[in-house]
Amino acid sequence: MGLAKRIIPCLDVDAGRVVKGVNFVNIRDAGDPVEVARRYDEQGADEITFLDITASSDDRATMAEVVEAAAGEVFIPLTVGGGIRELQDIHRMLAAGADKVSINTAAVSRPEFVAEASRHFGAQCIVVAIDAKQVAREPAPAWEVFTHGGRKPTGIDAIDWARRMADSGAGEILLTSMDRDGTRDGFDLALTRCVCDAVPIPVIASGGVGNLSHLAEGILDGGADAVLAASIFHFGEFTVGEAKAFLAERGIEVNA
Amino acid sequence: MQTIAVVDFGTGNLRSVSKAVEHVATAAKVLVTRDADAVRRADRVILPGQGAMGSWFAAMRDRGLGDAVREALARVPVLGICLGMQAMLERSDEDGGIAGLGVIAGRVKRFVRPDGARESFKIPHMGWNRVRQTSRHPLWQGIEDGSRFYFVHSYYAAPTDPADVVGTTDYIVEFASAIARDNLFAVQFHPEKSHAQGLALLGNFVRWNGD
Repeated sequence: MGLAKRIIPCLDVDAGRVVKGVNFVNIRDAGDPVEVARRYDEQGADEITFLDITASSDDRATMAEVVEAAAGEVFIPLTVGGGIRELQDIHRMLAAGADKVSINTAAVSRPEFVAEASRHFGAQCIVVAIDAKQVAREPAPAWEVFTHGGRKPTGIDAIDWARRMADSGAGEILLTSMDRDGTRDGFDLALTRCVCDAVPIPVIASGGVGNLSHLAEGILDGGADAVLAASIFHFGEFTVGEAKAFLAERGIEVNA
Repeated sequence: MQTIAVVDFGTGNLRSVSKAVEHVATAAKVLVTRDADAVRRADRVILPGQGAMGSWFAAMRDRGLGDAVREALARVPVLGICLGMQAMLERSDEDGGIAGLGVIAGRVKRFVRPDGARESFKIPHMGWNRVRQTSRHPLWQGIEDGSRFYFVHSYYAAPTDPADVVGTTDYIVEFASAIARDNLFAVQFHPEKSHAQGLALLGNFVRWNGD
């Protein structure tokens, strides 16, 4: 009896609207992030992550409005990622009602930003997102950090980077395998295991979930503290409740 | 109409707290404030807080909120959340040692990861964990014993008098996740982020007369 493993549905939001298909029964507007968040909340989601994929900075204000509306209706932790570059961006999202922000590119371009953010707001609200791609298999597997949605290599080893970010005051790591993202082939379990073993902070596994067994593997084989998924929930294939029941049957502690 | 003051120490997600309280107390005025006089006038006081204890206490001193909080503790129902619970102890080990309000005897310690444990025990303790209700209390009403609440913290309160503890949680150690004395109730977890059971606890607080 102890801490439950978390299931975190992720919503991609562009200019204040959910993109990628969301296929709930009885939902009025599948593009409204607040309505979709409320639906996941009803299903028993442990947290919700909003990923702002908006290119223009004008639409960042829209994201803050989305968070503000969601925070008034959904009483579970909310994380916002995408376009978090300055302390002011973090302040704006926390003031709107976010509990955590996820920092990706800005951490790579200015690593001291994570330490500043952690000192200022506390480690509990600073998630560092790492997008990793496998770059070697023999003699030992290795993964490199990529930015800009997996297009831009950085030359940084992903495991070293995770350790460094934990030392800098990150409260959590959101680890996405760019090789698996969108494939529905399951998490990169070797990557997940290496990062989980390397850092003393919680790790959220992401990228590649296509079925419920993948969620269980991420926790049991990858060692993840939480699993994040988008499409298996969006298209109505599975509810969060079904995912939790599946994990519980495999002896994984969940909050159900 | 009762006024509920959510005290703004400049850290943490106050909007979540005020929104959740508004949700359960539709007939109350919920005020997020850093004004000591507004805290003095309130019918109930909530002390939320996340982040570093040092900056939380600095904000309390800078804004003259310390005296207003002490007066509230002598007078009206008070709910401490996270740092708002830890601050009730005599001392915290955080930031090299900080003096607390000393309402509850004991100190605040950091979790230490055990060597060779089967579980990985990541720090912060982050996520949904069970709260064992070790004493009856009006704020537990309607909440099943062992319900899960959302936690995120690296330090925990260690009261010296077991009579002050009303709830415990297992993570590395069995620690006090809820304490109570007179008109004070304080929790390490975040009821404002703990779904239905969190809202139930906040609803109980809004109706509690402090006895």
